[in-house]
Amino acid sequence: MGFFLETLFGGLMAGMLYALVAIGFVLIFKASGVFNFAQGAMVLFAALTMARFAEWIPRWTGLDNMLLVNLLAACVAAAAMVVVAWLVERLVLRHLVNQEGITLLMATLGISYFLDGAGQLLFGSSTYKIDVGMPKDPMIVLENTFQGGLLLSKEDLYAAAMAALLVVLLSLFFQKTKTGRALRAVADDHQAAQSIGIPLARIWVIVWSVGGLVALVAGVIWGSKLGVQYSISLVALKAFPVVILGGLTSVPGAILGGLIIGVGEKLSEIYLGPMVGGGIENWFAYVLALAFLLVRPQGLFGDKIIDRV
Amino acid sequence: MSSRKTGDVILDVQNISLSFGGVKALTDISFDVREHEVRAIIGPNGAGKSSMLNCINGVYQPQQGQITFRGQHFRHMNSRQVAEMGVARTFQNLALFKGMSVLDNIMTGRNLKMKSGILAQALRWGPAAREEIAQREFVERIIDFLEIQLHRKTPVGRLPYGLQKRVDLGRALAMEPQVLLLDEPMAGMNVEEKQDMSRFILDVNDEFGTTIVLIEHDMGVVMDISDRVVVLDYGKKIGDGTPDEVRNNEDVIRAYLGTEH
Amino acid sequence: MFYRENGQFKTSYQSDLQIFPIAQDRIALALFALVAFVAVPMLASDYLFRAVLVPFLILSLAAIGLNVLVGYCGQISLGTGAFMAVGAYAAYNLNARIEGMPLLLSLIGGGLCAMVFGILFGIPSLRIRGLYLAVATLAAQFFVDWFTNRVAWVTNGSSSGSVSVSALQFFGLALDSPARKYLLCLSLLVLLGLAAKNLVRGAIGREWMAMRDMDVAAAVIGIRPVYAKLSAFAVSSFIVGVAGALWGFVHLGAWEPAAFGIDKSFQLLFMVIIGGLGSIVGAVFGAAFIVLLPLFLNLVPHWLGLAISTGTASFLEHMIFGALIVFFLIVEPHGLAALWATARQKLRLWPFPH
Repeated sequence: MGFFLETLFGGLMAGMLYALVAIGFVLIFKASGVFNFAQGAMVLFAALTMARFAEWIPRWTGLDNMLLVNLLAACVAAAAMVVVAWLVERLVLRHLVNQEGITLLMATLGISYFLDGAGQLLFGSSTYKIDVGMPKDPMIVLENTFQGGLLLSKEDLYAAAMAALLVVLLSLFFQKTKTGRALRAVADDHQAAQSIGIPLARIWVIVWSVGGLVALVAGVIWGSKLGVQYSISLVALKAFPVVILGGLTSVPGAILGGLIIGVGEKLSEIYLGPMVGGGIENWFAYVLALAFLLVRPQGLFGDKIIDRV
Repeated sequence: MSSRKTGDVILDVQNISLSFGGVKALTDISFDVREHEVRAIIGPNGAGKSSMLNCINGVYQPQQGQITFRGQHFRHMNSRQVAEMGVARTFQNLALFKGMSVLDNIMTGRNLKMKSGILAQALRWGPAAREEIAQREFVERIIDFLEIQLHRKTPVGRLPYGLQKRVDLGRALAMEPQVLLLDEPMAGMNVEEKQDMSRFILDVNDEFGTTIVLIEHDMGVVMDISDRVVVLDYGKKIGDGTPDEVRNNEDVIRAYLGTEH
Repeated sequence: MFYRENGQFKTSYQSDLQIFPIAQDRIALALFALVAFVAVPMLASDYLFRAVLVPFLILSLAAIGLNVLVGYCGQISLGTGAFMAVGAYAAYNLNARIEGMPLLLSLIGGGLCAMVFGILFGIPSLRIRGLYLAVATLAAQFFVDWFTNRVAWVTNGSSSGSVSVSALQFFGLALDSPARKYLLCLSLLVLLGLAAKNLVRGAIGREWMAMRDMDVAAAVIGIRPVYAKLSAFAVSSFIVGVAGALWGFVHLGAWEPAAFGIDKSFQLLFMVIIGGLGSIVGAVFGAAFIVLLPLFLNLVPHWLGLAISTGTASFLEHMIFGALIVFFLIVEPHGLAALWATARQKLRLWPFPH
C-alpha cells in the first residue's frame, strides 16, 4: 500500500509538471484560437535563457549572491519571452488572422523549429544547470502509518506549490483585472471585441507573453529537476494529450488532465509495464486521451461543438 | 396560381413536438402535404419553420409525434434514409461545399445513384468511367435548366449569393427528389432574382411533378405560387389552408401585424 | 501565345473529363515522361539517385497518400510516420518469413496491413473532430514507435528493432543499381498517383471533399460519413504504407523504428501543406521542396566560402526551415500548387499582360 501511495504521489507531481506546460497552451488557445505547437520549444528557450544568464551574470559582473543572480537571470528570460511574443505577433499571427486551424498549427510548428534552432545557436546545445535553491533531498512522511514511511520528493512538492500559486495568480488576473477581462472578451469573439475597441494585436502580444512566462516557470521547474537540455521540448509533447483531455479551452481542465495523465502513466508503467516489456509511458497518455475522447469528444471541460444548419 | 393536379397525401406530419433543453421549438404541429402540390410554411422569425424542415429531414429528432411518408410511419428520420426515400432540401444558410466547383457540388447530389466501387473508380475502368459520364450528362441538364452553364467550373465560394442559391437548388434537384424542401430559397435576392427562382421552382413542379414544401418570407411569392399554406408562430400552428383563407385568418394577421389596442 | 486553348473544343464529356484536357499539357507530359523514364536513368549520377531522386519519389508517394486524408477529406493526421512504419515492417515480415516472396507482393502486403491499421485508427474520427482528432493520430504514432521497438515478433527477433533487407529482385530482375531502384519507385509513384487522381476526381473524391467542407450537409445528400471517412483513411494508409515499405526496402536498406518517428510525420505534413492541400500534383511539389531544401541549405555556405561547424549548420537549418514554413504559410496558404496554377494562368495570356 505504501508503494502504491508513493507511486500515486509521484504521478500527481509529474502530472503537475505536465499541467504547467499545458496551462500555457490553454491560455494561448483561449485568447488567440491558436494551438501552439511551439509551447515546448518556448519552455526550452526560456529555460536556456535563464540557465545561461545565471552562468554569465556572475562571470560578467562578479556578483555572487545566487538569489540576486537568479532573479536577474529570470528577469532577462522573462524579457526575452516578451520579445518572442512580440515577434510572433508581428511576424506571424498578424498575417494569419483568418486562416484555418491546420494552417495556424503548421505555423506554430514552424515557430517551434525556429525557436529550437535559435535557442541552441545562441545558448549552446549541452545540458545546463538551473539552480534556484530547490531542495534536492527526499522527505520521509507518515513513518508511523507505513513501515519505513513514504518517500516523497521535496522538489516535486515545491513544484506543485508553485504551480498552484501560478494558477491562483492567473485566475485572479483573468477575473479581476481589466486586461484579464479584455482577454476573455477576445477569447469569446474576436470581432465583437475589436468593435468595442479592444486592440487585438496588443492583446495577442499580452497573451503570448503570459504564455511565455508560464513557459518560463515550467522551464525553471523542469530544468531544475532534469537539467536544461533539448529533450525538454520533447517531454512537452506530452502536454498535448493533457490539454486534449482537459478540453482545449479550460485551465482547470488542463490541471485535472495533467493529474490524471501523470497518475495514469506512473501506475500503468509500474503495474502493467512489466507485462509487456516496459516503455508504456511513451504512449499511455495519448491512448488514455483518445479513449476518453471517444466518450466525450470535447474533453473534460471543453466547449461542445454544435453545428447549426 | 395554376390548376395543378394535386394527388393524395404523400407526407403527413403528426403531433410533432421538439425542444432544445428548455426551449420549445415546436409544439404539437400537424399538417399534411399532397403529392405534386406547392405547400408553403410561413411565420414570423423564430416560429420554428426551419426546425420543422429539419425534423422532416432527419437533422433533428423530435421528442414527440411521427412523420408518415408514403404510408410508412417514422418516429425518427435518419438523414440518409430520408434521402434515399426521395426527399431533398436546400438550406437557409447555403450549406454548399465551398471548396468544390459548381459542377462538383451538383454532382454530389448524384451520389446516391452512383454504384461503382472504389477499386473501379481508381482504375477508371469501363463501367466506372461510363457511370461518371452518364451522371455528368444528367447534371448538365440541371445546369442548363438553372442557366448556370458559364459557372460550371468556378469554385462555389466565388459566386455571388444569388447564384450560390441556384447551385444549392441544383444539388437538391440532382437527387431526383419526389419531395423538395426549400428553406428560404429567395432570401437576400432582388426582384429579378426572385422572379427567376420562382420560375425555376414552378418549372420543377410542372415538369417533374415534384412536391414542393417551401419556407418563404415574401408574401407576394407565397400567395402567387403556393397551393396551400401552413402558418407557424412561436412553434405552434395558427393557420392552415389556401392562400386566400390564410390571408383572411385573424390569428395570422395578428401574428404578423400585432394586435390593435 | 503557345499555351492557348484556341481551337481545342471538347465535343464529348469524355474529353472534358480528361486529367490533362489541354493539348499542350499532354505534349509537355509526354516530354516529361521521356526525360524521367529514359534520360534521367542514363544521365544521373549515383549520388543524385540515392540522395535526391529516390527519396523524393518515395516521399512524394507518401505525401499523395497523406493529402488524400488531410487535403481532400479534411482529417488531420500527425501519425503518418506510424503508417509508414507499419507498411515497412509488414513488408519486411512478409519478405523474411515467406520463402521466395516477390517484392511487389511484399510491398502491396505492407500497404494492405497499413490500410487495416489505418481503418482502425480512423474509427475515432467518426466521433472526434479537428484538433482533438490530432491526438488520436499521435496515439497511433507513439504506439507504433513502442510496438516496433519492444515486440520482438515484429522485427523477427531483432532486439533493437533494426532490420535489413538485401538483394532485392523485381520479377527476376536484380535491383542492384540506383537507376533500377529509381525506375521502380518512379513507376509505382506514377501508377498509384494516377489511381489517386482518378479517385479524387470521381464520386468518392467528391464524398471526401463534401465531408471536409460541410459534413452535416453531406449527410443530408445521402453520403454516409462512416464510409467516406474510413475509406479516406483506408486509401491514404494503403498508399502511405507502400511508401513506407519502399522507404525501408529501397531507400534505407536497413532501418530501425526511429526512421519512422514523429519527425517524419511532421515532415510529410509540411510537404502536404507547402505543396498545397487538396492537390495531387501539389504533394509532389511539396516533396521536392522539402527534399531539396536541406541540400540547398548545406550548399549555400559552401558557395559563399563560409566555414560553419556541422552543429551550427544544423541549428541554422532548423531556423531557416521554420522561418520558411511560416513564410510560405503567410504568402501562399494554398501552397505551391496554387502558385503553379497562377503561373499557368499567366502563361495562357503570355505575351499579353491581361
